[in-house]
Amino acid sequence: MSSPGTLTLRVREAEMISPLLKRFVLESADRAPLPSTGPGAHLRLMLKDGQRKYRNAYSIAATALDNSAYEIIVRRVPRSRGGSVFLHDHVNAGTIIEADFPGNLFPLSQVARKHLLIGGGIGITPFLGYLAHLRKMPASFELHHFCRVEEEETFGHLLRGADGGKVHLHPELVTEFDLAGMLRTQPLGTHLYVCGPEVFMELVLATARSQGWPCSKLHSESFGGAHAGGAPFVAVLKRSGVEIHVPEDQTLLEAIEAAGVEPPSLCRGGACGQCMTEVLEGEPEHRDHYLSAEEHAAGRAMMICVSRAKGERIVLDL
Amino acid sequence: MTIAFKPAETFRDDFTYRNSDEAILRFPFPFGEDAYMYSVNIEPHVPAGPSAAYLHAFDIDEHYVAECRERARVLALDPGRCKVLPHMMTAQWDTLELIMESFARDYPEYFSLTKDGSTWTWKNRPLGIEDTFTFGDVSTLPYEPFEYITRQAQGDFTLQDQRNDNLFVDGGMVTTQADWSLEFDIGMSFHEWHAPVPLAHQIGVFDRALKFLLRLQQAQPVRRLNWTMTINPRLDTSPENYPVWGPDRTTVTPDNLAQKVHLRVELQTLFRLPRSNAILFGIRCYLASVGELARVEKWRKRLHRVLRDLPPELEGYKGLGRYRQMTIDYLAPFDDGAVLSKGPQPDQASL
Repeated sequence: MSSPGTLTLRVREAEMISPLLKRFVLESADRAPLPSTGPGAHLRLMLKDGQRKYRNAYSIAATALDNSAYEIIVRRVPRSRGGSVFLHDHVNAGTIIEADFPGNLFPLSQVARKHLLIGGGIGITPFLGYLAHLRKMPASFELHHFCRVEEEETFGHLLRGADGGKVHLHPELVTEFDLAGMLRTQPLGTHLYVCGPEVFMELVLATARSQGWPCSKLHSESFGGAHAGGAPFVAVLKRSGVEIHVPEDQTLLEAIEAAGVEPPSLCRGGACGQCMTEVLEGEPEHRDHYLSAEEHAAGRAMMICVSRAKGERIVLDL
Repeated sequence: MTIAFKPAETFRDDFTYRNSDEAILRFPFPFGEDAYMYSVNIEPHVPAGPSAAYLHAFDIDEHYVAECRERARVLALDPGRCKVLPHMMTAQWDTLELIMESFARDYPEYFSLTKDGSTWTWKNRPLGIEDTFTFGDVSTLPYEPFEYITRQAQGDFTLQDQRNDNLFVDGGMVTTQADWSLEFDIGMSFHEWHAPVPLAHQIGVFDRALKFLLRLQQAQPVRRLNWTMTINPRLDTSPENYPVWGPDRTTVTPDNLAQKVHLRVELQTLFRLPRSNAILFGIRCYLASVGELARVEKWRKRLHRVLRDLPPELEGYKGLGRYRQMTIDYLAPFDDGAVLSKGPQPDQASL
């Protein structure tokens, strides 16, 4: 769906908390209260480095009680597309950043009898938000966080708080820990949440599944598919004779509207069918919930509000 | 903006409820075309639309005070019309925050909200309410937060918990409903509580709607319209009170039809709540008599056509059976077959 606008944020604080981890406190540039958030929420930052643009999402580790600020922790990943490196090297106190309104793809269960949190490395960040909420409810929980030996002090500091033995920091590999044994002793009604590197999450989830944990009780963080975006392509509107470049951070519908054409649309979320458009050439990449599997396979129609093109060019009957 | 509230209006017994000219012109007429069929007619809930009723997150009109008094009356007789399951407390506070902030922002002459840390002070001038409470502490409010704030809002509200790729109606304030029971439905899943709706399931409306709502984002609310017809401007047409309002359908005659038969429109809004990740479903109910609507030229013609060509299954589900033909016969002389503009807007600025 097209965005309602963005938040203009100012970095209030920026500090290295370990050689690879940088903590940022963000406030609204006009100091107005920020939108309320829940445990597991993330913020997608829109960073500009000259011509390059990054849109990276980070878990909100903490929100001030009066909504005056959000805290995020960013791990420097040298081999990635460069967003984290940019944040580490070029974003400091005073920098202004645009961000989307917060979203949440990793919420806590409201019906769990116990919350079991298993984190690895930077996967601690959503759990910091969880801990604040779980302690306040109060709810039954247990946290196991795995980190490298050299980061034990940093994570120990992040996890400080009187938890009567509920918070366990393991400066070791998860494979060196009796994960299966720990999972087997959990009471019925426990929900498991895991966040960390892909391989780490897969191992924890596979272990739980092999013991018969149902999917409804397994939760993991995923940033995939939440927002518009994909490889850029060219859309040709046959009847209007217009050729439109659709960039990676704009939907096809938005790009068409930006070019001055107003096709029918309604829900802007791929569900209502209003924006269905005939495809004359090229192959659509379907992301909607309206067309059937057969219609998707036939590729002769597409929902321009959410779907994109598979190749570099697509011709539409508009 | 000044609203001329009518605090003494009644929605039962003597039915003194009436719409002013302004209320008629801002009525969310649901028919943009000459024929009606179900669809996932969801659109972004933005401050723009065919009438002033669409402009605010939660609409307030001249009936506000009277409707809140009517709600209090329904709850005194049947407290079970407001029910929230225990695991939804965070969603209750989300609802209170959303409605208070929306009212204070959109109607500053009538509502104010001030915060000092967790100490909030809420003023509702039309209802003469002023309360200071601690956000998050139930003991500091006279009711639980959801009941507290929905007693001060027009229309019904339900709370949906999102889990297992599904939505469950785990709470609600339901006193102005079109014949469904919170007592019966509470805890049901999305397809379960929509089970009675004819035709829609077969064309996949609910499958698509659910998929869409599971991805509903904070700060991007959506809305849609639903409609039915009611005899007399009665808000409480609940299954629980069917013995009271059911017989009204037998009292309609060609002579009293224009005053008795009402178009009942629900402006439904859906908000993702930030702290609980639940979905708040607002069901804002608007009533206008056939006689009132007939004062708008386009609407009297279009309403005639929609009712005349309505699929039989919908007639049964919407309970129109006894008086549909009478209403068509009343409106037919006004319909000259002229081509009408697309969209629901009245196409006139005065009556």
